[in-house]
Amino acid sequence: MTGPLLKIEKLEASYGHVAALKGVDIEVNAGEIVTLIGANGAGKSTLMMSIFGYPRAQAGRILYDGHDITRVPAHEIAKLRIAQVPEGRRIFSRMTVLENLQMGATVGEPTHFPKDIARVFKLFPRLQERINQRGGTLSGGEQQMLAIGRALMARPRLLLLDEPSLGLAPLLVKQIFRAIRELNERDKLTVFLVEQNAFHALKLAHRGYVMVNGAITLSGPARELLERDEVKSAYLEGGRPAA
Amino acid sequence: MEYFVQQLINGVALGSIYGLIAIGYTMVYGIIGMINFAHGDIFMVGAFVALITFLVLVAIGVTALPLALFLVLLVAMALTALYGWTVERIAYRPLRRSFRLAPLISAIGMSIILQNYVQIAQGARVKPLPPLITGGYTLFESNDFAVQLSNVQILIIWLTFTLMIAFSWMIAKTRLGRDMRACEQDARMASLVGVDTDRTISLTFVIGAALAAVAGMMYLLYYGVADFYIGFIAGVKAFTAAVLGGIGSLPGAMLGGLLIGLIETFWSAYFSVEYKDVAAFAVLIVVLIFLPTGILGRPEIEKV
Repeated sequence: MTGPLLKIEKLEASYGHVAALKGVDIEVNAGEIVTLIGANGAGKSTLMMSIFGYPRAQAGRILYDGHDITRVPAHEIAKLRIAQVPEGRRIFSRMTVLENLQMGATVGEPTHFPKDIARVFKLFPRLQERINQRGGTLSGGEQQMLAIGRALMARPRLLLLDEPSLGLAPLLVKQIFRAIRELNERDKLTVFLVEQNAFHALKLAHRGYVMVNGAITLSGPARELLERDEVKSAYLEGGRPAA
Repeated sequence: MEYFVQQLINGVALGSIYGLIAIGYTMVYGIIGMINFAHGDIFMVGAFVALITFLVLVAIGVTALPLALFLVLLVAMALTALYGWTVERIAYRPLRRSFRLAPLISAIGMSIILQNYVQIAQGARVKPLPPLITGGYTLFESNDFAVQLSNVQILIIWLTFTLMIAFSWMIAKTRLGRDMRACEQDARMASLVGVDTDRTISLTFVIGAALAAVAGMMYLLYYGVADFYIGFIAGVKAFTAAVLGGIGSLPGAMLGGLLIGLIETFWSAYFSVEYKDVAAFAVLIVVLIFLPTGILGRPEIEKV
């Protein structure tokens, strides 16, 4: 394969008349962890969901493995082995942990199921203890583990993570980020991570993008972004971005 | 006492029919949040398909009753399911992203279309079917009153309970049932994990219509008549049953159906036949005042 695994070109999208994405360009290469940071309401989650067509792109293209998926229906995109841990986790709250993981395996081979669920339980032993508990009764951290586990059940080539650290205790954030690194290093999983927690995200990622008001303002190797004054003042030291 | 038991049997048989129709209302509401006002007319179409199939089978000489019943059941379920699928495809799916009332208005339109179509195609007069299943059992007898359980009632109650068990199992244990529950809880997330939500919604209509077809066949066997208008009143009653049980809840639909059947039957037996519909709807109003989500419904909880 040549070229990036995911390539977003001049993507524009809006909610009604409100423009949310104003010509975004992003590339994610196979094997990388790429992070997108930015303030609340910058359009990060919109970008993540627009990969699945919610909302549909009004201009620009989304290429996956060289194929244009801009107009492909969401369930067909899932079959291309792109899995998402969306904003707010979106656990199926009246289904058990097991059923949630079964839902994650919708596009998977039935014969892989026992092996895949064992892998998820090894990563998050907590889920195994709660296997017959309803998703809605789990704690926030457990729900996050379940959301990641559900995504992994599809054996993704590309994992999209939207704010996995939101609302979690620091210890849990560490555990989740360690799990993401492990998946990337051991299983060569490509990860595209949206985060407000810029410090952790840039430490974890290979490359990063900064989004302000629906447009990319900065990009580069994560280590360099960590040193940039704009990033430091805007996202790392409690300051507000100069919009 | 004998009279009471007799009414209980009649009420359960009638309630079974309502319950089967109510499942269609509650399933569609659960998955796309709309009331399918054409569902009662789908039930009516089911009764007509059953009637026509009976007559065709008699004409070609299939007279063995169990075989004929089985064939009628299959044909009615298949053809009525096709109607249910078509209604969703042409009247609701194009409006999926429209405002909330649009599919509701479209559903009322489909209801009128189906009624008029059957009226024109089959005539407005009441169509009789000679009683096919006769006889029954006298359970006990005293004070000059014999408690009867007819074979039709046995068939209705048995078939309803078999179908409801099979259906509940399907929802709880199969892949399709899980996909349907996922769409009900969060359709967008379901599509993100790879569920074809349009297909799942179509199948919901297909299953709801097939169950309504069974109800239509049983209605035909029980009352021996059908006309183009039976779908309206039965539909409103079944809708009431679904709301009474808690719209969106499958056990609620079954329970609501039984309750409406029993209320209607007992009111007719002890008070007045003319006001039986008033009684059924009055109970609905009382329940909605004190239990707005129905008996087994869940209150809407904001998701975190």
